Amino acid sequence: MSTSRTPLAPSPKPPPARRRPAGPARPTSRLGHGAYGYAFFAPFLAVFVIGVVAPLGYAAYLSFFQDRLIGGTVFVGLDNYRRALGDELFRAGLWRVLLFLLVQVPVMLGLALLAALAVDSGRLRRAGLFRIGIFVPYAVPAVVASLMWGYLYGDRFGLAGQLGDLLGIDVPDLLSANWMLASIGNVVTWEYVGYNMLILYAALRTVPEELYEAAEMDGAGEFRKAWSIKLPAVRPALALATVFSIIGTFQLFNEPNVMQTLAPGVISTSYTPNMYAYNLAFNGQQFNYSAAVAVVLGGVTAVVAYAVQVRSMRKEQGR
Amino acid sequence: MSRRTTPARRRPSTALTLAMGLMLLYALLPLVWLFMSSTKDTASLMNSFGLWFGDGFHLFGNIRDVLTYDDGIYLRWFGNTLLYAVVGAGGAAFVSTAAGYGLAKYRFRGRTALSALVLGAIAIPGTALAVPTYLLFSKAGIVDTPWAVLLPSLVSPFGVYLMRVYAAEAVPDTVLEAARIDGSGELRTFFTISLRMLAPGFVTVLLFALVATWNNYFLPLIVLSDPQWFPLTVGLNQWNALATGAAGSGVTTVNFYPLVVTGSLLAIVPLVVAFLFLQRFWQSGLAAGSVKE
Repeated sequence: MSTSRTPLAPSPKPPPARRRPAGPARPTSRLGHGAYGYAFFAPFLAVFVIGVVAPLGYAAYLSFFQDRLIGGTVFVGLDNYRRALGDELFRAGLWRVLLFLLVQVPVMLGLALLAALAVDSGRLRRAGLFRIGIFVPYAVPAVVASLMWGYLYGDRFGLAGQLGDLLGIDVPDLLSANWMLASIGNVVTWEYVGYNMLILYAALRTVPEELYEAAEMDGAGEFRKAWSIKLPAVRPALALATVFSIIGTFQLFNEPNVMQTLAPGVISTSYTPNMYAYNLAFNGQQFNYSAAVAVVLGGVTAVVAYAVQVRSMRKEQGR
Repeated sequence: MSRRTTPARRRPSTALTLAMGLMLLYALLPLVWLFMSSTKDTASLMNSFGLWFGDGFHLFGNIRDVLTYDDGIYLRWFGNTLLYAVVGAGGAAFVSTAAGYGLAKYRFRGRTALSALVLGAIAIPGTALAVPTYLLFSKAGIVDTPWAVLLPSLVSPFGVYLMRVYAAEAVPDTVLEAARIDGSGELRTFFTISLRMLAPGFVTVLLFALVATWNNYFLPLIVLSDPQWFPLTVGLNQWNALATGAAGSGVTTVNFYPLVVTGSLLAIVPLVVAFLFLQRFWQSGLAAGSVKE
């Protein structure tokens, strides 16, 4: 028994495994303490049930009913889902966020990756300053960011126009229908590029220095090192960032909702699927249909996010 | 900040520094604009160049206006935000830490399934739940109370995931064994020993939860209708609606712009300060947690 008190002798440390299987698959002498595992997990489980499971279940339940003028609330099976799938407004919103996803997310993550590589390269003066400075917008609430950028875009006292005048460039109306999606994309990029940079930077930091030294000895240049060592190292983090960005994009609400006050004619109540669900419920009182839209939206999000995750994991294993 | 991350042996590159300088400008110029605009009265706001001062320095006058308008409703919103952030984020960080620790350090039936549940829950889009959450909470009678904002804020699957990975690394099994043999109960071990080792991970989760709750807009917008309980985000956008005439009155209240701008500035200061002060902690926590799958 008492022998286990002396494990601090210099035991041969296992080599720093670079990739370890997830989960605590370590020595398992926890017998008899298992109940504490439940106890520690229980508070989370409680709030998870209240905050996620119950609303999810309730949404599913609601989506099978309809409020009728005659007959009150009736069970309609999949009618709400059929309606959602054929709903032009809903589909237009989905296409809009999909387009947003295909353009904004690669731009943002590309910039984040470049910034992370630059900060990690050791060739940047005052790297710490850049790291924290580019990250700061993440601390700005989406509402404030949207208000700020909305004012910057706007013709009332917009900086965009002022800078255009200064440089003699004709700046287009960034709050017009043609530019709105790009303008919102810029706000989202501004908010999250630093956050993603940090996630990727943290991944880069785990590369042991010896690996670079070995590569250099083999005559690898900076680009070779970036391609063969750094990119593989950030791939899991990049996959995680991509999944988060996909989820965020499908849920797009705050930015367009705030911009709507600044450009009411341009952003409709169904501009994004999430705005559509919100307006159905709170301006249209169509709670059942809104629940079905939310469930479909959640389903689409989960499927796309999952597909990307599986694809990136397969790539991972294929290496 | 730490030296070992950026080996000093490499030559600094001016071109790279310049390119990154552009990105830094992109990140910070809007904030410079926000500060400059907070120092202006309505007339200067409309007429002067955005990145420089206007006629006179009105920052303190603007701040006074923000704090006193409508019997100090802004302060009330600030207090609400503080409440939601401190209780919500603090609670979320604590709940996540305990759950992640439980998953990492104890073997019990269903542990694998619960770990999978947590991972899957990360992908559950929180905002898609907002409408049913509203309906459910209104049935339970807690709509338009702080509980409606606080309860969902406590759920942070990503926090649990991060803490599970972090705890597996940071708290050696040998330490737990030693504590047991010394007669320390599991809870006491957790509070007196493990929690200290988990501090960087805890701070990381806390800061991310803090940002999430401080910036929360969608949920409070839905579950609150009494301005007395609004957080800053919802209140500020209401002021913006007044300024742009979108509030339904049809009248543009131009004098609201300095209020919105200065109120926005005040709303972001606490978080920026928190990040700057705690950066050493959260960066090391992030490094440990974000990279392993």
